[in-house]
Amino acid sequence: MLEIKGLTAEIGGKQILNGLDLVVPQGEVHAIMGPNGAGKSTLSYILSGRPGYDVTGGTATFNGVDLLELEPEERAALGVFLAFQYPVELPGVGNANFLRTALNAQRRARDEAELDAPSFLKLARAEMARLSMPADMLKRNVNVGFSGGEKKRNEVLQMAILKPKLAILDETDSGLDIDALRIVAEGVNSQRGPEFSALVITHYQRLLDYIVPDRVHVLSAGRIIRSGGPELAHELEAHGYADIVASAA
Amino acid sequence: MSAALKNTALGAAAEAFLTRYGGLRARLPGDVKARDEAAAAFTATGLPGPREEAWRFTHLRPLTEISFAEPLTPVEDCAALLARLPQIDAPRLVFVDGRFRQDLSIVPEGIAIRVGGPASPADHLSEKLVTLNTMLSEDGAEIVVPAGMDAGTLMLASLGTQTNGRHGAFHPRHAVSLGMAAKLALIEVSIGEGVYLNNTVLSVKLDESAQMTHLRLQLESTQAFSFATIQAEIAARAEYDSFTLTIGARLSRAEIHARLTGPDAIAHLNAARLLRGNQHGDFTTIVRHDAPNCASRQTVKTVLDGAARGVFQGKIEVARIAQKTDGYQMNQALLLSPDAEMNSKPQLEIYADDVKCSHGATVGEIDAEQLFYLRSRGIDAATARMMLIRAFLAEAIDPITNEAGRSAMESAISAWWEQAA
Repeated sequence: MLEIKGLTAEIGGKQILNGLDLVVPQGEVHAIMGPNGAGKSTLSYILSGRPGYDVTGGTATFNGVDLLELEPEERAALGVFLAFQYPVELPGVGNANFLRTALNAQRRARDEAELDAPSFLKLARAEMARLSMPADMLKRNVNVGFSGGEKKRNEVLQMAILKPKLAILDETDSGLDIDALRIVAEGVNSQRGPEFSALVITHYQRLLDYIVPDRVHVLSAGRIIRSGGPELAHELEAHGYADIVASAA
Repeated sequence: MSAALKNTALGAAAEAFLTRYGGLRARLPGDVKARDEAAAAFTATGLPGPREEAWRFTHLRPLTEISFAEPLTPVEDCAALLARLPQIDAPRLVFVDGRFRQDLSIVPEGIAIRVGGPASPADHLSEKLVTLNTMLSEDGAEIVVPAGMDAGTLMLASLGTQTNGRHGAFHPRHAVSLGMAAKLALIEVSIGEGVYLNNTVLSVKLDESAQMTHLRLQLESTQAFSFATIQAEIAARAEYDSFTLTIGARLSRAEIHARLTGPDAIAHLNAARLLRGNQHGDFTTIVRHDAPNCASRQTVKTVLDGAARGVFQGKIEVARIAQKTDGYQMNQALLLSPDAEMNSKPQLEIYADDVKCSHGATVGEIDAEQLFYLRSRGIDAATARMMLIRAFLAEAIDPITNEAGRSAMESAISAWWEQAA
């Protein structure tokens, strides 16, 4: 379970999160929606441990462990996974080597046996087939020369292989056409189960037609201003953020 | 004493080399006349100094703090050093403190190899360290691959030692020539222990359509001084493919002069360097296009940690006759510490009007976004850094097609990393 209480944070002296409270129980998928500049990406980066943010107050725990005290790789080993809004290109790093190194680093951290190259390739190829990814994507350098859609699918492939307990999807739908969106959504839905929870951050309701959330939260000015069921996303789509932001103020 | 040698530390060091020459002159093998001429030239010029443009970034002053002597008795037990040589299934010529060691070598068949004295290339460079080498060289390998022959892989190894507290100085003089359409992969490895000076000169002559892969692993002791001057003459349609990995030595310079003398010749002078502490590594290239339609490629990647200093000087000269020249030079440095320093000096001198020459230089640090991306997937910071360093070097190392050589390079790079951990 992810529990965030009264989280405040700033970057370069500018306050971004403003007393954020959020609980995502185990096994549930929650969506966070909000206008640009609400703090959506900041929240995902702070939870995954990106340097450059000052947490000035509050707590964020995952299954009782204080996330904010951990290095990014320690959070990953706990099962926290961030699907990047802008996946990073790694020239000179092969995708297969990257995925296997990551998987084995996590397995080592959890005292599990490492996967040898053949077992890894078998796993990776099966997941790639499910995501309709061409086999040569394993041989290519990480995200180098990938289209926007390929990059997002590569994020979902990593998620499928690393099997996180908490996935944070930071605007994974941006730049995707409808077919790619379906594939990505299917990749997330196939992870759903009692051991998996997700925080789906999105600007648009469209993705939530495919990944149907248990709860929807509206983030504005660094706080959750409203929470509801999946129908809240439709309300937002119909009326925009302005009404909700105004009524919360 | 000439003006050049007066009253300076460098002058005193040069004087010491001349004094040693006086003592050794009668015993050194080979051409006394050439040695005496070199001694006269060295008396006049001395060692390269910081006022010379070509030595602006690499100062030999640390050399003057050491009193060098010729290596005395041959070192019997080289087992520890030998064990550090890359395990390559190929013949090898092993030199210890600059002297050929038959007992440690596996001499190849089919190609002519002469040892027991300095190889005497037809052409001499006027470089001061080459002059010093000509004056004091005791031994070297002269390797001749006959026309049409594929000689496979050959390792040329130099083991430097510090015996009984004496700081040895040795000046190997090698020559490699390939006949028409001959092939050779030469893997040159230098390793050692303690304080010594290795001042190697190697000349390469490629006849028409010959192909030479020249992989150089400079893994000297981090207290050693290492200078290598390579002169390559590349005839029509011949290809000289060289790669220098620099990891060792307190102070090193590899200087490659490559001359493309016939049409459609190719020279690759690639390099990777990993330096830390107070190491200083200089990679200097002079590529001369003297014929039309030739290509030269240089990809130089430098990783500097601690207070290490890297120097790259790359000069491409295109003669008036050398139309359709394709010259490319890329020099990139990754600084892992705020105290590391990189000096780059690209130079293009183009006298032909229909050429394509480009050069570029970048200096940067490890990308924070890339580092976070790797760590967010569970990879610890040290491993993530190493992956990014390895990725940085990939562009230079991946094109190496000699499997044994490339795997030796990979092992040396991993060992460098493990030393830091």
